[in-house]
Amino acid sequence: MSQLPAFTLRVPENAESDGQEPSPDNEGALHSSFCQLIEEQSSLVAGAIEMELQERSREPSALLPPLDPIASTGLELEQGEQHPGYATTLRILANMPSRTIGRSRGAIISQYYNRTARLRRRSSRPSLQQLNRTARPSLRQYDLESDPAHATLADKQSLLAKELLSLPPAQRSQVLMEVPLSLEEKRSLRRQLSQKRSTPGLRAHSAEPTFACACWQDCIVLGCRTLWYRFLALVHAAQPWHYALKQISGRFGSSVLSYFLFLKTLLLFNIISFLLLLVFVVALQAAYPPAVASPHPFTGLELLTGVGSFTHSLLYYGYYSNTTLNDPSASSPSGSTSPSRATQLPYNMPLAYMFTIAASFFATCILLMYSMYHSFLKSYRVGSSTRVLAIKIFSAWDFKVVQRHSVKLQSENICTQLKELLAEQQLRSCPLSLSQRLRHITVLLLAWLLALGTVLGCVVAVYYFSEHMHTVQQEQGAAAGSAWQQEGVLLALPLIVSLLNTLMPHFYNLLAAWEKQDSPEAEVYVAICRNLLLKMVILGLLCYQWLSRRLICSAKECWETCVGQDLYRFVVMDFIFTLLDTGFGELLWRLILEKKLKSKRRPEFDIAQNVLELIYGQTLTWLGVLFAPLLPAVQVLKLLLLFYIKKTSLMQNCQSPSKPWQASHMSTVFITLLFFPSFLGAAIFVSYTIWWEKPSETCGPFRGLQTIYQTPKVWVELLEESNPNIAWFSWIPQYLVENTVFLFFLSGIVLAVIYFNIQVLRGQRRIICLLEEQIANEGEDKKFLIQKIHSIYDRKVHCA
Amino acid sequence: MGNKQTIFTDEQLDAYQDCTFFTRKEILRLHGRYHEMAPNVVPMDYTKDPDVKLPMQLIINMPELKENPFRERIVESFSEDGEGSLSFNDFVDMFSVLSEMAPRELKAIYAFKIYDFNTDNFICKADLEKTLNKLTREELTAEEITLVCEKVIEEADMDGDGKLGFADFENMISKAPDFLSTFHIRI
Repeated sequence: MSQLPAFTLRVPENAESDGQEPSPDNEGALHSSFCQLIEEQSSLVAGAIEMELQERSREPSALLPPLDPIASTGLELEQGEQHPGYATTLRILANMPSRTIGRSRGAIISQYYNRTARLRRRSSRPSLQQLNRTARPSLRQYDLESDPAHATLADKQSLLAKELLSLPPAQRSQVLMEVPLSLEEKRSLRRQLSQKRSTPGLRAHSAEPTFACACWQDCIVLGCRTLWYRFLALVHAAQPWHYALKQISGRFGSSVLSYFLFLKTLLLFNIISFLLLLVFVVALQAAYPPAVASPHPFTGLELLTGVGSFTHSLLYYGYYSNTTLNDPSASSPSGSTSPSRATQLPYNMPLAYMFTIAASFFATCILLMYSMYHSFLKSYRVGSSTRVLAIKIFSAWDFKVVQRHSVKLQSENICTQLKELLAEQQLRSCPLSLSQRLRHITVLLLAWLLALGTVLGCVVAVYYFSEHMHTVQQEQGAAAGSAWQQEGVLLALPLIVSLLNTLMPHFYNLLAAWEKQDSPEAEVYVAICRNLLLKMVILGLLCYQWLSRRLICSAKECWETCVGQDLYRFVVMDFIFTLLDTGFGELLWRLILEKKLKSKRRPEFDIAQNVLELIYGQTLTWLGVLFAPLLPAVQVLKLLLLFYIKKTSLMQNCQSPSKPWQASHMSTVFITLLFFPSFLGAAIFVSYTIWWEKPSETCGPFRGLQTIYQTPKVWVELLEESNPNIAWFSWIPQYLVENTVFLFFLSGIVLAVIYFNIQVLRGQRRIICLLEEQIANEGEDKKFLIQKIHSIYDRKVHCA
Repeated sequence: MGNKQTIFTDEQLDAYQDCTFFTRKEILRLHGRYHEMAPNVVPMDYTKDPDVKLPMQLIINMPELKENPFRERIVESFSEDGEGSLSFNDFVDMFSVLSEMAPRELKAIYAFKIYDFNTDNFICKADLEKTLNKLTREELTAEEITLVCEKVIEEADMDGDGKLGFADFENMISKAPDFLSTFHIRI
């Protein structure tokens, strides 16, 4: 508030003799003016009180603040005596406009009327999002000329309805949903709106074309909204997990729920990828199968290893043909059946394959960025570290928890957290001694060295193990061992990698227990960091091995199918080890705790570790989509099974979390981790394969080409040959996509936008500090003014 | 959606959809829940908007509210007649504000009403003490409670009157990223 509100100060005649403003020295005039003001306000307040009493008969005592002389307001006089005008002053203060919002219906309606009136009077219509997002009215924006504060409630409602009609329908319904009135009033407002809308007399003064347009626009938008509601109802009815999630959140709260919601998000991504691939690639290839060399019989082992009868199937890259399917000009194309079928459109399989993979990555990227945007919107707050205790009290209680035992645990958690916060704030005054700090730092350094050392050790171990397996397989190839031995060799590397990924996190937990970090949040971040580092470095090593063709597999000529099989095995092994970890980590541990150690405690659900497992599995899927187009389907099945198994194990074996967990903040962190190392890494790997790797000669849709990226170029050349008029079409890839200058320009723009946003954020932080200081100053001003009034009144009383 | 229901007219269901954050199916489900709390009192036919209110005792025994320490205050904040009895409109309103889609500002208004135990438009020290006692089931000692209340008022009170007005409360809630996910009841 940079200017004071204007109020008329009625000063009696004798004070204006010299034309000066009344000053505190001119006691008589000032006192009488303030006295009069206070009296006027009191009478107004009395009238307002009566009006409010009529409206809200249930709170007759609400508008009179407690006349408690020992009330700890800052307005107490130094001696603590009760001032005769005290009660009136308090009453006036309690009825200030900034205090009555949310309470009095009249105030809410007036405020919303003013908002929409302001919207109408502006020439361009900004959306309601751009207005101040608080429900608190500001006196500056209070329209004093056409102030409906003294109108009756019904008048105010009709005024608001009239204003709402002038808004576009989308904003209108948003205002209707968000106005903090009771539902009956909202419904009556809506009825008034529809009545007014049906009477065209209201718009008689506006021009005819705009009236007709607005009417049609209204109808279309309303029709769309009804359709949207019907669609939403369908979607909600199709949600099979509503009650399962309610059960989980009722017993374990928002923190564990965030894992299952993350699982649901991943399921959505995979279903979209799978549908795209199914429609454009898999189904069509299934309709026109190529001639298969020698189909193997199906043994159960294929589900585990992915070789055998699965090798030449839709699952892998090698199956897909490199010709145009159903090409009427080609004579007997490979595998086409029934030439007597009516001519259908030819389908260029290589082009479709490449573009569908690119489209699925692009769609996933857009969805991920949209989820990240929403998460950040909800959870990122500028400068939020100062009000920890207050925030904890008002937002720590999870209203979703409904089970008695969980509620009891939640109370205990909050109690512990409050005690810890209090202790921490007192500890800040007495910091640790130098030797303690040194010891703490050395412990931290040692722990990190150990963690990094183990990561390096695991990577080296995986490298040497894969080399060993390579030699074993070559020996076996010469010796022609049994089928079981061959499968065993194939499964050994995925087994070792999954074993490391499962065991190392427990080791890191032990390390963290030894380390004893300062805050539980730091513990979680450190654990996530170490686990993520391990997983990503191992995946990096595996990617390098795949690209350099150091593979252990059966189809030697078709390296893409090999890589696809390897990834399939990794995905299946990951699933099996997740199950084993759930079984041993939760079920067995609970039995041991109960039976052997006779303790009441149960294992806890390690949210961070489980989410990182999900991210790892999803990275494997994204890495493998190019080589095994049905891998998203496998991942969908895996996630579905995982949901039910994890939920059952959670309900049977685990207890509510005992440590604080900021659910929305951590959800943002996880979705960022899903984007940044996981998705981007997979995208880089696939892009590299498409741009630089030479596809194999004998299999797959890109055989014979130099790189996969040449496919659209070949197609464009074909187009040019067939129709020279569209030669300009080849201009696009040459000058836009391959030209480095254009790409630099694009990245320059992106960097400039990021820098601009950072500066805007910095400026907003500064403004927040300034505004907080201003509010504190206004509070001091108010106290000063009231004390001045009281002291002047006292002097007047004593003088008189 | 094709199946004929006789509980509400289409116009009523559209009004509910426009004024709350629920879809038709959810409104019907809510009516089912409201009805099963008192099958003899709540009619199945709501086409004439009958004036039926359920007392607070029935509502706070719902499984979603039974163990919540603030259940009485929640029901009182949404009740129109001041005694805590909810009509069906109030019932839907309550779960609409507590649903996932309600915006932060709306939730902040009602959260302020809930934590304001003596309904004086301020969250004063007494209100804070009651809130703390309900949160921790009176596990904190008296001096810890006083200390916490003082610190909270120190942190959140911006204009120096020793209590939290709605402006202070809303400013603090806007800095709390978890508020939206914790102030949420699934029905």
